[in-house]
Amino acid sequence: MSKNVGIVIVSHSLDIAKGTADMVRNMVGTAIPLAFCGGNPDGGLGTSIEKILAAIDEAWSERGVAILVDLGGAETNSEMAVEMLPENRRGKVKVCNAPIVEGAVMAATEAWGGASLDEVKRTAEELSPQ
Amino acid sequence: MKDWVTKSVVVTHAIGLHARPSVKFTKLAKGFSSAVEVARSLAGPWFDAKSIVKVMAIKAGKGSTLHLRAKGADAGSAIATLSGFVASEFDEDRTDAARY
Repeated sequence: MSKNVGIVIVSHSLDIAKGTADMVRNMVGTAIPLAFCGGNPDGGLGTSIEKILAAIDEAWSERGVAILVDLGGAETNSEMAVEMLPENRRGKVKVCNAPIVEGAVMAATEAWGGASLDEVKRTAEELSPQ
Repeated sequence: MKDWVTKSVVVTHAIGLHARPSVKFTKLAKGFSSAVEVARSLAGPWFDAKSIVKVMAIKAGKGSTLHLRAKGADAGSAIATLSGFVASEFDEDRTDAARY
């Protein structure tokens, strides 16, 4: 079990989600749990709660999981996925209000050092206009 | 209270302190217990070298000078490691071996 917070990347596009995850792996390394998902169940652009839940499971850490999203449905579906988690996991997963690529790299770098979920989320959100 | 250990180093890497080395720089800084700060000017402002957001925002290009300072038990080692990392044009093998 990782001592680091996990990162989940949710995009409407599987290519963007995978590319973002590639950047995180390349820049930050393999010491953080990382998963990504993108596309609707038919393989088109969109997001799916089932895929988001599977990604959260894949990147699960007892320290928590930070989700980075792109637009609209990625955020609302991620929030719905969090609500559907078992009660003992629900409070340990947070959706970050941050740009997906930059936020994922920043969040992962902060997570790498063993930071808490709140610190990871705050670091990703430092990028957003307040 | 001890004084800051300070060192200035010129960025010689062709692209400067770009994204990937910014992440590595931050990860190296996090490995020390000392406070570690970085600035473009000795007059400041000084930024927390353990903050990836701050380090990424520095955008030090080729030929620019980075000023480093650290205060704490391992300050000397922190400054030696970080200035060496910049001077070696972000030598990836050496820093990876030391820190991962």
